[in-house]
Amino acid sequence: MKVLVTVKEVAEVEEDFELDGLRVADQYLDYDLNEWDEYAVEEAVQIAEESDDDVEVVAVTIGPERSEETIRMALAKGVDRAVRVWDDALDGVDLLDVGAKTRLLSAVVEEEDPDLVLTGVQANDDSFGATGVSLASAIDFEWAAVVNALDLDADGGVANVRRELEGGVEELTEVDLPAVLTIQTGINEPRYASLRGIRQAQSKEIKPLALSDLGLDAAAVESDLVLTDVYEPETESDATYFEGDAGEQAADLATVLREKGVGAQ
Amino acid sequence: MSDVLAVVEHRRGSPRDVSFELVTAGADLVGDTGGDLHLAVIGGDVDAFAEALSLAGVDAIHTVAEGDEFNHDVYVQAVEALSEELDPTYVLMGNTVNGLDYAPAVAERLDLPLVTDAIGLQNDGGLVVTREMYASKVESTVEVDADRAAVTVRPGEWDAAEEPGEPAVEAFSFDLDESRVRSRVTGFEEVGSGDVDITDADVLVSVGRGIEEQENIELVQELADALGATLSSSRPIVDNGWLPKDRQVGQSGKVVTPKFYIAIGISGAVQHVAGMKGAENIVAINTDPDAPIFDIADYGIVGDLFEVVPELIEQFE
Repeated sequence: MKVLVTVKEVAEVEEDFELDGLRVADQYLDYDLNEWDEYAVEEAVQIAEESDDDVEVVAVTIGPERSEETIRMALAKGVDRAVRVWDDALDGVDLLDVGAKTRLLSAVVEEEDPDLVLTGVQANDDSFGATGVSLASAIDFEWAAVVNALDLDADGGVANVRRELEGGVEELTEVDLPAVLTIQTGINEPRYASLRGIRQAQSKEIKPLALSDLGLDAAAVESDLVLTDVYEPETESDATYFEGDAGEQAADLATVLREKGVGAQ
Repeated sequence: MSDVLAVVEHRRGSPRDVSFELVTAGADLVGDTGGDLHLAVIGGDVDAFAEALSLAGVDAIHTVAEGDEFNHDVYVQAVEALSEELDPTYVLMGNTVNGLDYAPAVAERLDLPLVTDAIGLQNDGGLVVTREMYASKVESTVEVDADRAAVTVRPGEWDAAEEPGEPAVEAFSFDLDESRVRSRVTGFEEVGSGDVDITDADVLVSVGRGIEEQENIELVQELADALGATLSSSRPIVDNGWLPKDRQVGQSGKVVTPKFYIAIGISGAVQHVAGMKGAENIVAINTDPDAPIFDIADYGIVGDLFEVVPELIEQFE
């Protein structure tokens, strides 16, 4: 059995930042593995560990060479190898839309032929939250979005999942395999990479693939969405702020709380 | 002329709020283009849902009596069939857990560009969508470089349509391909019904990612005790297993309306705010003056919780 996990290196924006055209200026960005993908990776690795059969876990990412350092952290946690899709044609794209990501990942799926694909629910940078389900449709897999519990019955050809709906309600669903599942945070406890894992990861393969390697051309990454403006949202705060040092702030807040009957003796 | 097809969302017998907001967003998009706003009602008690959604601005409601609850395979096929029949310029869906379970597949099947989580829509010769990026730190506008599009709209951003109207209600039938229905909903479960009911509390001390370490939870528990308050939290705390699920406030947790909500080290992501914006008084303590939690706070302290909270505990001891 083969499990494909999509992973993405995302930029987190620091508290104070400046914009540079349609981007956040580089010096205010910290790159890390997308939070949701941490859980997807852990879920895939656990499937491999718990299975009696041989399970290969392959990570796939769309990202520049810089992202290899981040992808290697997934390898250190037990992913067997990785595929990194990048091409000069992607260099100047401000916003890669869901359709373009789907075309790229579909081509990788065709090559890898996985039985199960796990993705994060969303990426923390562009937050489309759509790639997993779009991919499922394109490759004719069944799917489930926002999965927070997974019980895989590979022999029975189904995944029993819980989908985390709004308002503390979970939906119990049977999903036929092969499937794409988008994984919600909290489904498991992502492990820390061990020193041994980190050492082993150094020798694991991260295979770079250009568009031509996937039988695609530049048209595949043409986005139907054009980013036209990026700006800091206006703050709408009309809060009363307590100033001064921590002691003064706490004293002023305490006064208000007491006035309103909180913590009054 | 822009025709819009908006897809109603319902769960366990009731249309969800976002359905009424979709009517407002859809009517805005149709605007004065002379187009029509169509609604699709798929599954469940379609006649009752159609009646509830018979609102001003809606031109036609198409009911698809197929199944009781949401099933994405059925939704995708129904919306695909309806789109072929109606040929809408824009397909609007809710940016909800279920919306994100079928909208991307609808867009893929119909070969439509997809924009998710819209917080603003403008239709002047082309579609311009406002949406957030980088965990709400940045807002962006995105132009759709195509004649048609599929869009999901964020719940709570548009007003709910209320004014009654008289749209035509028509049953729509299509040949459901059962072989493409490959998932089955077997039940629902309410989660996190523990011994503490945070929806019942008058005062909530709520803790977020800013608390950094599990052992620091004790500090906010101490504050809660000093104030006679109940301890709740944002999602990351529960994801980390530092507090049980029944303490989680937000879209996927509980919706609370206490007299006082004291948010400590919570940035105020939209999913969290959805669960507590109805609180009578909101206090925010956060190091980041730009944290969105301050947008809805009544009282704010920009500062380090590890300095402010001990001082605050002292005030009440």
